[in-house]
Amino acid sequence: MTPFSTLPAIIAILFCGGILAWLSERYFNRGSRQISLISLSVAAALLATYWPHLTDSPTGVWWDSVQINWIPRFGISFSLAIDGLGFLMLALTVLMGLFGLVVTWRDIRFRRGFFYFNYLWTLAGVVGVFTAIDLFLFFFFWEVMLLPMLFLIAVWGYEERIPAAIKFFIFTQASSLLMLLAIVTLVYLHYSASGILTFNYRELLNAQLTPGNAYWLMLGFFIAFAVKLPALPLHTWLPDAHTQAPTAGSILLAAILLKTGAYGLLRFTLPLFPEASAAFAPVAMSIGAASIIYGALLAFAQQDMKRLVAYSSVSHMGFVLLGLYAMNTVAAQGAVMQMIAHGFSTAALFSLVGAIQKRLNSRDMAQLGGLWSSLPKLSATALFFAVASLGMPGLGNFIAEFLVLLGSFDSNHWITAIAATGLIGAALYALLMMQRVFFGGLRTPEDAQTRSPTDLKAREFLALISLAAGLLLLGLRPQVVFDIAQPAIARTGTLHKKAPTATSQISSPKLRLSAWPDTDHRRGNSP
Amino acid sequence: MQDFFAPFLAWIPLLPLLGFVLLIALPLFHLREPPEAVSAVVGVGSVCLSALLTLLIMWTLFLNNPSAVLQVSLWQWLKVGALQLGFDFYLDWLGMAMLLVVTGVGFLIHLYSAGYMHGDDGYRRYFAYLNLFVGAMLILVMADNLLLLYLGWEGVGLCSYLLIGFWYRNSANGDAARKAFIVTRIGDTAMLLGLILLFSQFGTLSIRALNTAAASAPANNLTVTLAALLLLGGAVGKSAQLPLQTWLPDAMAGPTPVSALIHAATMVTAGVYLIARMHPLFNASETAMSAVGIVGALTLLLAGFSAMVQSDIKRVLAYSTISQIGYMFLALGVGAWTGAIFHLMTHAFFKALLFLSAGSVILSLHHEQSLFSMGGLRRKLPFTFGCFAIGCASLAALPFTAGFYSKDQILLKAWEYQGGFNGIWFTGILGALITGFYSFRLLFLVFFGNDGPASAQCKDANNGVMTLPLSVLAVLALFGGLLTPPLQRVFTQAPAGHAPLWVEGVAIAAPILGLALAWLLFRHNTSPMESRGKSALEKLWFSGWGFDWLYHRLLVQPLTSLARINRNDILNSIYNGTAFICRQLHNLLSTSQNGLIRWYIASFTCGAIIFLALLVVL
Amino acid sequence: MPTETLPDLLTGLTLSAILFCLGLIGLLVRRNVIYLLMCVEICTNAAALAFVVAGAHWDSSDGQVMFIFIITLAAAEVAIALALVLQFFRRRHTVDIDQLNGLRG
Repeated sequence: MTPFSTLPAIIAILFCGGILAWLSERYFNRGSRQISLISLSVAAALLATYWPHLTDSPTGVWWDSVQINWIPRFGISFSLAIDGLGFLMLALTVLMGLFGLVVTWRDIRFRRGFFYFNYLWTLAGVVGVFTAIDLFLFFFFWEVMLLPMLFLIAVWGYEERIPAAIKFFIFTQASSLLMLLAIVTLVYLHYSASGILTFNYRELLNAQLTPGNAYWLMLGFFIAFAVKLPALPLHTWLPDAHTQAPTAGSILLAAILLKTGAYGLLRFTLPLFPEASAAFAPVAMSIGAASIIYGALLAFAQQDMKRLVAYSSVSHMGFVLLGLYAMNTVAAQGAVMQMIAHGFSTAALFSLVGAIQKRLNSRDMAQLGGLWSSLPKLSATALFFAVASLGMPGLGNFIAEFLVLLGSFDSNHWITAIAATGLIGAALYALLMMQRVFFGGLRTPEDAQTRSPTDLKAREFLALISLAAGLLLLGLRPQVVFDIAQPAIARTGTLHKKAPTATSQISSPKLRLSAWPDTDHRRGNSP
Repeated sequence: MQDFFAPFLAWIPLLPLLGFVLLIALPLFHLREPPEAVSAVVGVGSVCLSALLTLLIMWTLFLNNPSAVLQVSLWQWLKVGALQLGFDFYLDWLGMAMLLVVTGVGFLIHLYSAGYMHGDDGYRRYFAYLNLFVGAMLILVMADNLLLLYLGWEGVGLCSYLLIGFWYRNSANGDAARKAFIVTRIGDTAMLLGLILLFSQFGTLSIRALNTAAASAPANNLTVTLAALLLLGGAVGKSAQLPLQTWLPDAMAGPTPVSALIHAATMVTAGVYLIARMHPLFNASETAMSAVGIVGALTLLLAGFSAMVQSDIKRVLAYSTISQIGYMFLALGVGAWTGAIFHLMTHAFFKALLFLSAGSVILSLHHEQSLFSMGGLRRKLPFTFGCFAIGCASLAALPFTAGFYSKDQILLKAWEYQGGFNGIWFTGILGALITGFYSFRLLFLVFFGNDGPASAQCKDANNGVMTLPLSVLAVLALFGGLLTPPLQRVFTQAPAGHAPLWVEGVAIAAPILGLALAWLLFRHNTSPMESRGKSALEKLWFSGWGFDWLYHRLLVQPLTSLARINRNDILNSIYNGTAFICRQLHNLLSTSQNGLIRWYIASFTCGAIIFLALLVVL
Repeated sequence: MPTETLPDLLTGLTLSAILFCLGLIGLLVRRNVIYLLMCVEICTNAAALAFVVAGAHWDSSDGQVMFIFIITLAAAEVAIALALVLQFFRRRHTVDIDQLNGLRG
């Protein structure tokens, strides 16, 4: 272990930044935002030190790892590691953290220091979740990211914040209890089979489980992650939590926290229980397709703009679930891309709703209308992100959805065909939002009529434009992301051991797109 | 030479896209709305450069070489698993023909718009959208793989949405725009599934590789048929064919030059281009071919009947567009690839001309669009009248106009299709009759007879930048028939045989008969049909055969009411129900907690006694 | 023999039970806090009596140890309880126990 390791440093920076932000506001009455900005930038810089790994072909699986004994008696260690997938997720976390901070720079007035404390601690927890490869540590960070988020909703939220916060808490807590049970049982079963008591992910990958046990354990993990994702029918915490959270909180929730569920599926559920997951795949894919359509239908029905965006998240994350359980490289790459692209587009949409709410004191689509004539910049930006979220080719979301559909078609024709109708649904709700809020005659709520709203500030505009540029880049040059994610996905794919056949003979009745690589890296790569 | 020009190929779509970026970024330099002239120069100039570049390439490489091909790879787009896609452009004569139409007609319409949109507060936004449209359309035409084509395909759909709803303050325009986007999206989703199916079957999305593979596929393979039908779904949506035609008449809510460019000349013909591009795939499946032909024939008739009774000048043209694209589909269905593309070109000329002259009429009448408010405009707008008349003649395919050559080619092919008289050919002839009727009905109602209510306020709104495109298009609509693109190397089809002379005669006579009918009925601009009430059949035609009503009842209403019922998420009630039960139990138990110590003592005593009693008894 | 001069076990325990029941009934029927405290005393003393009787019966000193323990406990309890009653009376100007129901659900 090197004397200075980057991964713990990133987490420590965020934790310390949070405490400093709190203290500075308490004792000096200022400086919490600046401290947050600095600590996030330092975290970004630290993350950027992994840049060389992006270009050279990675020899090992993990780019970097740290292992410190924590509770050796139970085989628990403080071990973090990063690979391509983790890097992408960390980059998303830090970037979205910065975006949320910058775009809501002036929003928080009440107990600002404590707000940014919670903000940074949530991020620190998420970073921990994305890097932990000890199951106990993973669970620890899983809880760490939950509590500050709860405060963000409960203290700084909108009208109905307390019920929303409680609902959020109960759903996540109940599901993570299941996960804890599954983790402990998994460790115990591994212990009784091999005599080694360990929570280490790399060790547990080798656990020999009976199919029955594996299925139940897989379900425990799956439900915990499906709540976070969220997948039907465990999604109902999301609209409330997203709608009631303050703008920065909604950005964190939608852009980052939902991804922890998808990440967990890809990192833990699929590799730990390959056979059980394969058996479960049709169910999971159906749930994904149902989420896509149901989310779109509900988004279409909403009156509240923020709720609409929240339900659109359910729909978009359905693609992730569909892609992950299609069990092939193309779909998995699509799912990873969807995680990133959805983070970008939804964060931007939430910030735009927040901007409208701040200016007009309403996000009720029945009270708004024709904003284009008074807020052209804001409206044009909203148009861009609405179009991105309905899956316009040339932007990241399309690439993701296309790959997911392409990959899952190979696994299940009908589910894919049904899921594809979600694209129509996306057009329905995204354009409905544009129509009701930005087009038509100018309508603003009664109490806002006296003030003439100002258009986007340069700060907000720049932040949004950079996200737009990011989406465009993801749409036109997505290969960068695929190259980074490929080794991690290939490793996950060892669960599916069908030989790839890439012939274009029409005689072959159904050819596998690109099955997971058939070599078994799993045993070979564990240190 | 080819190597020299290949890099320039990318600039053809890139220039309008740069124009788009520049136009949306202009306020950043000025910090306020730039003057109209700047927007016009950027907007028109970018397309002009692109058109010049196209002409240059055509002149130097393609002109005397029917098998000329130009391609360029920009970058690797995707490489995931077996899927490998590049940002690759490919140009042959089919693409070149489309390119000439898109940039050429596109440039003329841009130029016209510079005058037409004068004084509109969204001037810059208008040109930005229009440039984006041209860029996307060019990508669509030049794409070397289907996903890139799909990118352009959706891009033009987006621009169509934006431009239909361009005057956003009127929410009816927004509704029309949404309808257009969503209806075409239904087709596009089918097309995307088609792409996926093709990839899973052939392992590639490259258009040429797919065509080669499809050509060698066993005949009437189910997958190929299904894929072709799914692609047809996309084409049907984009080209406003049955059953997804309902969006196009409503799309007339956009500015008239937009209708000319997007909803007549270029975008709506993308479906024709797609099928022509993938013709080996369609050829491999008889079912798909007959589906294309039947869709075309049906649409051609249904839209033609609707066009005969419309009262809005633009809606007549819209239905006629649907009908003419029906001709192209019919041509594709009978294997007249060249005829379809040829008709696509001539249609672009005369329909753009018609729309632009209609735009001049509308502008001169201060945005009056009702046919029955017009009349006698021939004297007040002589130039526009001339253009419109040429357009109508070409649309009706009167002999020696551009439309005549292309339509004639299609009808001959349709005759040969089953070696003689057949339903498809008869539909075509009937359609030609109807076309002659409605196009001249339109001409007579607008320009002949007595002055209508709106004609009095008529003020000729044509100016230099508007007359030039009109003149050029008029010339093209007259003599465009001479510009047959050399497509014989792209489509390997048997040369047209010889039909009996009377077949030729019928094809010439049908539109003239239509003209004569229109002359009898509408010459005096007092329509016998309008003076009395409308019959049920006319009402049905007027409403476009009630498709809107049907879809509203069948799809829109169930969907919206389902959404309304489920607004609060039925699944949520599971959790709310659980919470409710818990709360009730809680209430039940908390009533026992009454705060009276003596009660507690009593219950404690009782409990103790029961416990002791149990202990004793057991 | 001392055992003969003393009443037998049954008598002692019966007396203890009667005392306990008296105390318990008092607890249930009285509302005055002072009476309640007295009833609690009677209950504890009934228990203490049972200990002493049992200790005498088995010739064990444990009963007497427990008795002393209970007396001490009762003294401490009464001290605290009276202080609470005093406070209660000062605040509410009543000694009715049914007024003391702030913990109801």
